[in-house]
Amino acid sequence: MSDLLTLGYSISHQTSLAALEVGKHFYWQFGNLAVHGQVLIVSWIVMGVVLIAALIGSSTAKADQRVPAGFQNFMEYALEYVQGIAKDQIGEKHYREWVPFVGSLFLFIFASNWLGALVPWKLIELPEGELTAPTSDINTTVALALLVSLAYFYAGLSKRGLEYFTRYIQASPFLLPLWVLEDFTKPLSLSFRLFGNILADELVVGVMVLLVPLFVPLPLMILGLFTSAIQALIFSTLAASYIGEAMEGHGDEGHEH
Amino acid sequence: MIDPLVASASVIAASVAVGLGAIGPGIGQGTAASRAVEGIARQPEAEGKIRGTLLLSLAFMEALTIYGLVVALVLLFANPFA
Repeated sequence: MSDLLTLGYSISHQTSLAALEVGKHFYWQFGNLAVHGQVLIVSWIVMGVVLIAALIGSSTAKADQRVPAGFQNFMEYALEYVQGIAKDQIGEKHYREWVPFVGSLFLFIFASNWLGALVPWKLIELPEGELTAPTSDINTTVALALLVSLAYFYAGLSKRGLEYFTRYIQASPFLLPLWVLEDFTKPLSLSFRLFGNILADELVVGVMVLLVPLFVPLPLMILGLFTSAIQALIFSTLAASYIGEAMEGHGDEGHEH
Repeated sequence: MIDPLVASASVIAASVAVGLGAIGPGIGQGTAASRAVEGIARQPEAEGKIRGTLLLSLAFMEALTIYGLVVALVLLFANPFA
């Protein structure tokens, strides 16, 4: 079920210069539930990093200080960016209560992608499998996508009540299967887009390091950083778009893909 | 241990999935980029918005290629028929 490629097998039988492993996981047992331990460990580290950054950014604020400086300035820029995402997609009137959700999605995915790519996780030896970005595991991305599904249903139902379900037959009753299908493909495409991008980036970098360990993988690693940042933006933008669309109905079809 | 027919079929299917899956989005992304460059050439002060929209659209098209890659990865590393 997994594959192990080793370089240098013909050169030396004792050590391998580089190795690529897919599909091996560090399982933790909770009763009869087995979870991927390595994903949980890195997720906690990512959460810790984001929380500590937020706490430090807000702790240096003084009541009489008008111009932020240093790290607080950077965190305020991040907040404004996330508010911009929510405002563009959801609209002026209701975006404020969704900023925490959309912002958490963006920051968690962004931090986990970049930490997964930049931090030298190989230095920490696990008994089985290796530490890597949590979003390269399909379980994490499916969980995030299901959260988005839950969120846009909640947004539609809380704003429009049971009238929300008329959207299935609003344009034409013949389109009912299409809208039902869309309710399934939205989380599916969200999760697969993020998972595929991050896993593909890691595999490409892994294979390049396997082939040419020095300098040549660098452009691909930088491209990986760029595309993973874009994917965080895409995920949160789409989440906000689905929420905005659920709240105001199909009057505004401008953000469909 | 693994049926050789299943193994060879999976390998061929995986490579065909990735190969064919890259054609459509490749054409689409090229068209999108060309229109974006055209737009910037017509109105250079709209470059920020055009670039933002372009990157967003590129990522959507990229996702379609990634679906093919995911199928290939499943066939190679988590094959349900092996």
